[in-house]
Amino acid sequence: MNSLKDIFKKLISNKQSKIGVFIISLYILVGIFAPFIAGKYNPNDPYISKQHSFSPIPQKPSLKAPFGTTQNQYDIFYSMVWGTRLAFKISVTVVVISALIGIIIGWLSGYYGGLTDELIMRFTDMILSIPSLVLAMVIASILGPGMEKIVIALAFVSWPSYARLFRSEILKIKSMDYIEYSRIIKANSFWILKKHIIPNAIYNLIIMASLDIANIVLMASSLSFLGLGSPQGYADWGQVISMSRNWIISSLSNPLEYAHIVIIPSAFIFFFVYGFNLIGDSFRDIFDPKQTR
Amino acid sequence: MSKFIKRKIISIPITFLGITFILFSAINILPPQTLATAYSSSDKELTNEEISEIIKKYDLDSSIIKKYSNWLKRTFTGELGYSQTAKMDVLKAVKTYIPATIELTVFSIIPIFLIGNFLGVLSARRKGELVDKIISSVSSFFYSIPSFIIGIFLLLIFYGILGIFEPGRYSAYTDIMISSLSFKKYTGFMIIDSILNADIKVLMDCLKHLFLPAFSIFLGTSAVFIKITRTSVIEELNKDYVRTLRAKGLDEDYIMKKHIKKNILIPQLTVGGLQLIRLLGGVVITETIFDWPGIGSWGVKCALRLDISGVMGFAIVVSALFLIGNLIIDILYSVVDPRIRYE
Repeated sequence: MNSLKDIFKKLISNKQSKIGVFIISLYILVGIFAPFIAGKYNPNDPYISKQHSFSPIPQKPSLKAPFGTTQNQYDIFYSMVWGTRLAFKISVTVVVISALIGIIIGWLSGYYGGLTDELIMRFTDMILSIPSLVLAMVIASILGPGMEKIVIALAFVSWPSYARLFRSEILKIKSMDYIEYSRIIKANSFWILKKHIIPNAIYNLIIMASLDIANIVLMASSLSFLGLGSPQGYADWGQVISMSRNWIISSLSNPLEYAHIVIIPSAFIFFFVYGFNLIGDSFRDIFDPKQTR
Repeated sequence: MSKFIKRKIISIPITFLGITFILFSAINILPPQTLATAYSSSDKELTNEEISEIIKKYDLDSSIIKKYSNWLKRTFTGELGYSQTAKMDVLKAVKTYIPATIELTVFSIIPIFLIGNFLGVLSARRKGELVDKIISSVSSFFYSIPSFIIGIFLLLIFYGILGIFEPGRYSAYTDIMISSLSFKKYTGFMIIDSILNADIKVLMDCLKHLFLPAFSIFLGTSAVFIKITRTSVIEELNKDYVRTLRAKGLDEDYIMKKHIKKNILIPQLTVGGLQLIRLLGGVVITETIFDWPGIGSWGVKCALRLDISGVMGFAIVVSALFLIGNLIIDILYSVVDPRIRYE
């Protein structure tokens, strides 16, 4: 089995994934240094976007607002920088929560088998047969607006994949001799989980989780775009785009004048997802070298 | 019919019941007072007495199992509640909106299969050449763009700047035409109806409106399909039977058409099935962007104003579409490859 260090070496030896790692590192830096890049507009909740005034007409980029403003004068630069941090905050929280739930449920299912396994797997089947965006929409609408509500909605639709992956890993490991031995010496099943199963099975789970981040960010921004995500006025990529629609299709004026409201946040989302996709492709190459490319 | 398909058909209602139960439990996080609005059948605000009456009548403060069985009984009699967003019964709303959604889905699936297949085969046959590189990078470029961004950019370019296409399902002129008495609505599918009415103008108008949203879904969803087609063609080309065929002197086009295209159908179907869920999610967003009056845009409106019966109806219909789509793919599997038995 490869070690994480080897994988990282392979990742940066490939040109494509080198670009991916580079892009994602930039985002991580922007996320970490957000307070220094854009400052804190509202010290209590910096994720609330900077608002220059209440004028309804979007403004083009200027010295005061380097990326321009949306309707109601939300600063796009501020929204992008803090939106990066928000994207990581939401996606990492969702991934951690769903991976933890996935580990517990997957373990119950894979380790004990039988009826428990059957029930749990049918349940995950059902959740997975509701398109995840639709299910997330339903839950987000019931819970109402709010950051933690989005996290709950997204975690609810994501954990089944983790549970299934972890279960299949456990089934693989369970049949190995050293687990048999641990059982024969009557080791506590929780101890076996901690000492043997998690360290061996966690591996693919981490990879899946790291790639899932792009997916979660996509869903979160789609929800925000539809108006079901972050509350009005938050520094959120999807929300900025949703504010553009009325302006770029207005026949009264030149829609190109307002194109910056779409282009800038779209570029932020695009490179984020693209970076992760590049890394994801190389992961698949590393683990499945026989695949024809 | 194979045993497998029979089993599939039996399992679908069970999965479907499970889905409704999950959705119903999710909805029931709401307090009974809010839930009561789902049981009213008009636009009027409910008074406090009416709310407590509804709670009593439908046992809204009892256990989830009891509530669910009540709900099931109601649903089986066709009573899905009243959608305030659509200003009509949910069942009627679904009937009104579903043709638009199916029309859009079908018109985006067909190009995904036809053009996707063509581009995938082309890039496999020209592996490593410029064409291949262009196809691969363009399709992975679009794969990384979320569907709402693709949609809004298409709208910016083709409506905002060029003014060729516009959002909506038809123009104001068509709206007048189809509401006249001489235009008979046979199916609710605009394309079919306009053909049956022999109205070329309406047909062209509808096709024109259909183009942009369908194109937007095509761009967002076809990448994986192109990729799997390319990979499987390359894999097949390296196999021994192709070498034999070539040695027999058959020309490349013939081998492609008669042998390889048939052999890659299975991976194509697998990926098609996996992409279906992405497609349906995309339809929800695309409909909202292009003002397409389908299930998706209605569902989003319902979710925004917490129209409970509407949200529930929407989620159930989308899940049903997904299950049916998957069943079709499973049937196609056994048609394409009779050896598949799935024991």
